[in-house]
Amino acid sequence: MLSYLWLIPVLPLLGFAFNGLVGLWTKARSGGPPPRPPIYWVGCSSVFLSFLLSLGCLIELLGLDAHDRIFEQDLFTWISSNVVNTSSGSAAFQIEWSLQLDPLSAVMALFVTGIGFLIHVYSIGYMWEEEGFYRFFSFLNLFMFMMLTLVLAGNYLVLFVGWEGVGLCSYLLIGYYTHKKSAGDAAKKAFVVNRIGDAGFVLGMLLLFSTFGTLDFTELFSQIEQAFPQPELTWGVLSWVGLLLFIGACGKSAQVPLYVWLPDAMEGPTPVSALIHAATMVTAGVYVVARSAAIYSRAPQAALIVAVVGISTALLAATIGLFQRDIKRVLAYSTVSQLGYMFAALGAGAVVAGIFHVFTHAFFKALLFLGSGSVIHALHHEQDMSKMGGLRRYLPVTWVTMAIGTLAIAGAPPLAGFFSKDEILWKLFDSGHVLIWMVGLAAAGLTAYYMFRLMFLTFFGQERMDEQTAHQVHESPRSMTWPLTVLAAGSVLAGFLGLPAWLGLPNLFEHFLEPALATAYQAEARGAHHSATLEVGLALLSVAIAAAGAGLAYLFFIREWNGLAQLRERLQPVRRLIAQKYYVDEAYDALMVNRTKDLGEGCSWFDAKIVDGAVNSSALMTRITAWVSGQADIHVVDRIVNLLGEVTNFFSAAFRKLQTGLLQAYALSFVIGIILVITLYFYWGA
Amino acid sequence: MITTSHYLVLSLIVFTVGVVGVLTRRNVIIVFMSIELMLNAVNLNLVAFSDRLQDLAGQVFSVFVITVAAAEAAVGLGIVIALYRNRETVNVDEIDLMKW
Repeated sequence: MLSYLWLIPVLPLLGFAFNGLVGLWTKARSGGPPPRPPIYWVGCSSVFLSFLLSLGCLIELLGLDAHDRIFEQDLFTWISSNVVNTSSGSAAFQIEWSLQLDPLSAVMALFVTGIGFLIHVYSIGYMWEEEGFYRFFSFLNLFMFMMLTLVLAGNYLVLFVGWEGVGLCSYLLIGYYTHKKSAGDAAKKAFVVNRIGDAGFVLGMLLLFSTFGTLDFTELFSQIEQAFPQPELTWGVLSWVGLLLFIGACGKSAQVPLYVWLPDAMEGPTPVSALIHAATMVTAGVYVVARSAAIYSRAPQAALIVAVVGISTALLAATIGLFQRDIKRVLAYSTVSQLGYMFAALGAGAVVAGIFHVFTHAFFKALLFLGSGSVIHALHHEQDMSKMGGLRRYLPVTWVTMAIGTLAIAGAPPLAGFFSKDEILWKLFDSGHVLIWMVGLAAAGLTAYYMFRLMFLTFFGQERMDEQTAHQVHESPRSMTWPLTVLAAGSVLAGFLGLPAWLGLPNLFEHFLEPALATAYQAEARGAHHSATLEVGLALLSVAIAAAGAGLAYLFFIREWNGLAQLRERLQPVRRLIAQKYYVDEAYDALMVNRTKDLGEGCSWFDAKIVDGAVNSSALMTRITAWVSGQADIHVVDRIVNLLGEVTNFFSAAFRKLQTGLLQAYALSFVIGIILVITLYFYWGA
Repeated sequence: MITTSHYLVLSLIVFTVGVVGVLTRRNVIIVFMSIELMLNAVNLNLVAFSDRLQDLAGQVFSVFVITVAAAEAAVGLGIVIALYRNRETVNVDEIDLMKW
């Protein structure tokens, strides 16, 4: 099974090729879109087969000894170039197109294909009415190919191909509604912001290669392990690499200060938001940082930057989420916030906890997005929560599954979010990042508040939609509710794979992942090991805080507590600041976007006035000199020539008369001439 | 007795008639005929001196002149016919393209 590893990404690629070509072909032939059944059958089954293959590979991997659980497959030599100098001697810049399956990539591949398949199925129902059904599915398949290339890559450069590929698919799918300007703008914004991060990623790769002479994970990490037996205490090459790669991760995973594209990305269809902008693509940054654990564990300062940026993102995005009215935007900020948690965990050295949160988050966030998509579908593309309410009567399945998702993300035991989030918070506390832990705890409370607010506004209270919509509200088709159910089950059960230590049961997830992180620097247990009692106590504390957040939401939106109006009044300035997203977009517009536009205007002005002016004036100069030389030709040269002719004419005027053209006149002159000659001859000659 | 002087006087008269004919007549054919007269005046001269000097070279030369005159007459008449076909005239005073 392992030898078919290459098929995992290739199957969706075939799906992409089939759907895209068939779609284009039928469009060219008949002018209409192709029939839907072959499109969705191919689209979904290719991903499902990938899922089965991933599962098979995982099972085979589990059968191996824990330390042999790494499988590399070099498909072909991609780049082969001359020897280049690096700081550690010289190395050939030779890049294999290599895939690598180890526990980390196996986990990623499994949930990417699994959740990807569910979302493909969901899309059948959600996108049914769309003209570009085939286009949507082919892009979705292409995304799966790129994402699987990313997670299965065996070196940084192949990973980067997938990295850029998912960025492209994200762009294509955010801008799926091509007739909407806002969608196009959001797509461009996502692309440009990601480019900023990618610049950091590329620089990081260059630095890695110029230092170590290889980009292959296995080789590179073992070299780092030998070269750096101890972490870098001062800012050095590993710290630079860590920082640069993290800049790339910031762009892709929407961290401060590059998070601004993700909320706007909600312009895309909801399945896209669920698949790309919640469950899979945005976790690519987390994956890269986790994959580079060998680097971050030896660059404590870079790791601290990761942790601090992560936790500030978690708090910032959570606060913005409090006052959003668009249901998908609440979830988008929630995603940004949860990604912040993951980075905080990675920064604190808790790689397993971070990846575990990626894993569980994929379930409940995909679930919440798909649930919100179901709501939006039912209300005919209404996304404003102030026009919803009381929907639980109409959408029973959606409401129950979304409630499970909300409980999971809020951290209610024993759902998935409880285990993964508490693991992160505990690791933060345990590793001595107490300040970061406190911020994380606060963000957890905010998360519970805004998620319950979303639930209460959507499914409870009065029905605020207009008459006509209210009559047409209906539960979504089976192809949409079925994935919701599966994901809800996953949100309940996924947490049990990574049980905390205090339960006394084995943490399967950690045991499985640990060999993949063997090259990471294993710190000595820091300080006194805190007791299990403390861990339980802290878990209870975070549950209590989450419950407080949820209770506050209940008070405000169900009981409609009188104090709410007063509080609103009093907090008006703060509310406005947060509701406007701290004016970050405006600040970026003022500082960067408009300055870039100004630069563009300036260049355009320079081009129009200076460059074009220079060209035009040189043309003008040519015309002037041509005119001058033309005038000189007419008035000087021609005049001289004419003068010559006229002089000749003038002097020849007298002689010209001799040329009568009459034969007899000439003959007469002969005769006269001869007579003269003879006369003169006799007169003088004799 | 007919002396060389008689021949020379006759030759002079024939030549002068030829010259006047060439200079005064408009018809190119007559101009042509006048030229023949001049040539034959020269022949007369040559033969007269040949007889006087008892040297046959003069007579041989005059036979040459007659031959050349015949050839010249053939070419000249050809030109005249071509000229007539093109210009529909044989008057020399109307053929003055060579003037400035």
